[in-house]
Amino acid sequence: MSKATEVISPDTSAPHVGQVNGGHVHGDHLHDDHEHHDHIPKGITRWLFTTNHKDIGTLYLWFAFIMFLVGGAMAMVIRAELFQPGLQIVEPNFFNQMTTVHGLIMVFGAVMPAFTGLANWLIPMMIGAPDMALPRMNNWSFWILPGAFLILLSSLFMEGGGPAFGWTFYAPLSTTYSGDSTALFVFSVHIMGISSIMGAINVIVTIFNMRAPGMTWMKMPLFVWTWLITAFLLIAVMPVLAGAVTMVLTDKFFGTSFFDAAGGGDPVMFQHIFWFFGHPEVYIMILPAFGIISQIVPTFSRKQLFGYASMVYATASIALLSFVVWAHHMFTTGMPVYMEMFFMFATMLISVPTGVKVFNWVATMWRGSLSFEMPMMFAIAFIVLFTIGGLSGLMLAITPVDFQYHDTYFVVAHFHYVLVTGAVFSIMAAVYYWLPKWTGKMYDTTLAKWHFWCSLVSVNVLFFPMHFVGLAGMPRRIPDYALQFADFNKWISLGGFAFGLSQLIFLALLIKACKKQGEPVSAQVWDGAEGLEWEIPSPAPYHTFETPPVVK
Amino acid sequence: MKQLTTVFAKWCSSIPFLLMSPLLFAQEASEEASSLNLRRGATDISGQVYDLHMLMFFICVGIAFVVFGVMFASMYLHRKSRGAKPANFHENVKVEIAWTVIPFLILIFMAVPAANTLIAMEDTSEPDMTVLVTGSQWKWHYKYMDSDVEFYSLLATQREQIENKFQKTDNYLLEVDRPLVIPTGKKVRFLITSDDVIHSWWVPDFAVKKDANPGFINESWAKVNEPGIYRGQCAELCGKDHGYMPVVVIAKEPAEFDKWMGEQEEIVRKAKEEEQRLLSMNMSMDELMKVGERVYNTTCAACHMPNGEGLPGVFPALKGSKMALEDQQGHIDIVLHGKSGTAMQAFSKMLSLKEIAAVVTYERNAWGNNTGDMVQAKDVNAVANGN
Repeated sequence: MSKATEVISPDTSAPHVGQVNGGHVHGDHLHDDHEHHDHIPKGITRWLFTTNHKDIGTLYLWFAFIMFLVGGAMAMVIRAELFQPGLQIVEPNFFNQMTTVHGLIMVFGAVMPAFTGLANWLIPMMIGAPDMALPRMNNWSFWILPGAFLILLSSLFMEGGGPAFGWTFYAPLSTTYSGDSTALFVFSVHIMGISSIMGAINVIVTIFNMRAPGMTWMKMPLFVWTWLITAFLLIAVMPVLAGAVTMVLTDKFFGTSFFDAAGGGDPVMFQHIFWFFGHPEVYIMILPAFGIISQIVPTFSRKQLFGYASMVYATASIALLSFVVWAHHMFTTGMPVYMEMFFMFATMLISVPTGVKVFNWVATMWRGSLSFEMPMMFAIAFIVLFTIGGLSGLMLAITPVDFQYHDTYFVVAHFHYVLVTGAVFSIMAAVYYWLPKWTGKMYDTTLAKWHFWCSLVSVNVLFFPMHFVGLAGMPRRIPDYALQFADFNKWISLGGFAFGLSQLIFLALLIKACKKQGEPVSAQVWDGAEGLEWEIPSPAPYHTFETPPVVK
Repeated sequence: MKQLTTVFAKWCSSIPFLLMSPLLFAQEASEEASSLNLRRGATDISGQVYDLHMLMFFICVGIAFVVFGVMFASMYLHRKSRGAKPANFHENVKVEIAWTVIPFLILIFMAVPAANTLIAMEDTSEPDMTVLVTGSQWKWHYKYMDSDVEFYSLLATQREQIENKFQKTDNYLLEVDRPLVIPTGKKVRFLITSDDVIHSWWVPDFAVKKDANPGFINESWAKVNEPGIYRGQCAELCGKDHGYMPVVVIAKEPAEFDKWMGEQEEIVRKAKEEEQRLLSMNMSMDELMKVGERVYNTTCAACHMPNGEGLPGVFPALKGSKMALEDQQGHIDIVLHGKSGTAMQAFSKMLSLKEIAAVVTYERNAWGNNTGDMVQAKDVNAVANGN
């Protein structure tokens, strides 16, 4: 949370000539009161041509949620096949397509767009800006995304099926030994990358140029800080991913040998390039989550965030360290022992700033005045379960034991704890926190409680036993397994189905909220909430901060 | 709300106990393969790795207890419904330095034994014997570097068990036709490589997991203390049948190992003689088809499918294909040498002349391909020698 809590009321009645919305200048509404001023375009063109950060935020969030359900449906296929040993439902080749596309959709289609949606909605409102700095590019960076995922999903219906080489697309499985759909996979990843880079540029330009007077760097809310650092990570590594997929494309279709030893290349070089992107990528998916939790915990503790400055520095050091740990994904590839040691020590080091964050949240709660509304419940679940994922991450950093954990379900358990109960839970916490501000109505809290408790129980039944089967020796990415893993896999699958169904409660809640059902809320919504976004009315008007507020 | 909080607090406080559970089971099940935890394994190194794992696990559980303990205490003590008033502090340099420095010291405490074990694991010098391990889609090949003995090791589980037609037996998916045999008490070095995509050779009981990279050779080693059968699996996604390429290693006492090795060398010598004898003989159509069907189903059916129709867009069909119907020379050639740039492997190393002759005959006469062609070992030999 920022220290930017004292605000001189924004002068909302001032004339605002030249406020452009979809090419329409609101000249003739100059003297209307605020409600009537919100000239919101109607119909599909509102969404197609919108340059409004709130509309684009909504588009991103719904798109992410739909992709979450699509990727989740693929996870259901995976878990249904793994319910029992033996092949029952799908063929191994299709199973591999499911694991691959599930991963790609959840990473690039669900988690990243959801965070971009939250950035769009919140960053301008948190720093007192009227909109994102580059609104037309903002429209474009969203609207190329559905195309990218249509291409990716359509590849599943090609002869030979979609990509089946894992979301990490290791060469030469993705080059010489892959199907023709690889071309579609490469094209769609390029488009996703372009979208992410444009989104990141927009965030950086907005934060650098459009902060309200008095909103100094060290007064910025932590969500803004974490997203700023995330945006720099995105710009640094998305081009590396683009390079990797392009080399895969030319190796497969144009006769190059980047990753083929027969032509002087090296398949392990692919992994170095991929994980140079891939490791910062995992922080891209968790730093905004840290920001969200740092907004929510102080509100419901009714106490200022402990160690604001150390939170900022910890985030920055995590981001910097993320560039020098990539090869801990590759300990079994046969690196020299001194390289293994370097990457082991560097990886262990990351747990220090991450620990600082967790300690700061706990210290914020210590001697606060705690209440447990929905956002806080998700935030607490995040802290506990993300920490479990972080501790298993520390175990994975230890190279000699990583040889045993690597490519088993222990790793699957680890990254689902940090990504599902980490990133996804933080997104849900954010939605439950800011949704009343967006719609002006309190959502259905009974449904929210059902959603929370069903999700919390089922997600642990789903992912916790994966630690056990992984340690007992079950490799990941297999459609069929030895009999000693059968009991746990049954439970894991049942937990998976329950977690999937629980998200339908969330869908029902969101549909009700979007129909504007529920009790009206005040501008502040939560009695401990502080920050510029809580100064504007609920629901947030279509245009906010046309005249910048002054932050003392 | 108050009720919810208490339930939540109760539930969450059980997490550390859940974390402990592998440990409780580990003690009673240390001899048998645990279904909850790593195994201590059969080498000194795997024992060290296990100890390191348990040390890390305890430290993590300890950290979790402290952090969650403080958090749940404040959730209970400082909740609004109990009338808690918020304090005003929001920084404390001493505390912040302490919780940066203490974790750092804990890390150093972890790093020292980890580094020592790692150095020991990577020391492949002065082995007593060396085995070349080569992965290919979806089988392992073992070659003893000091002798002529080499063989492929394929999944031995019946197709019918995988398709749920037969009862699954104890070592379902963890059994092979020819396991690797090594002596106990000797430092055995493994050279690990691949013929096609990346595989990973993993025997949990040896704490050995090393990627098999095409075009490069990795090294690892094990000195097995106890005779026994040790099972593992491929650990790197390597395509369609990644789940179906197990590793089985039998460790025998040195004397027994030497006896086994002598027998194998004798078998290799006899097979070579047999091969020479077959060159001057013709096999009947029935015999060719019978041997061919067996070879096809163990070697070719994974990609080209038992019905010869392949997987459209991934693996080509043989049924009705131009090569299987017309180009006999090309057909023998592709089975012998593979086709570069595709998943089609060279089988000259894996199959005998007789087996290649039989499988080519089978492919040219099965599934309605009825060409009537018969291919004999000497025809294959002619193509192999470039005549």
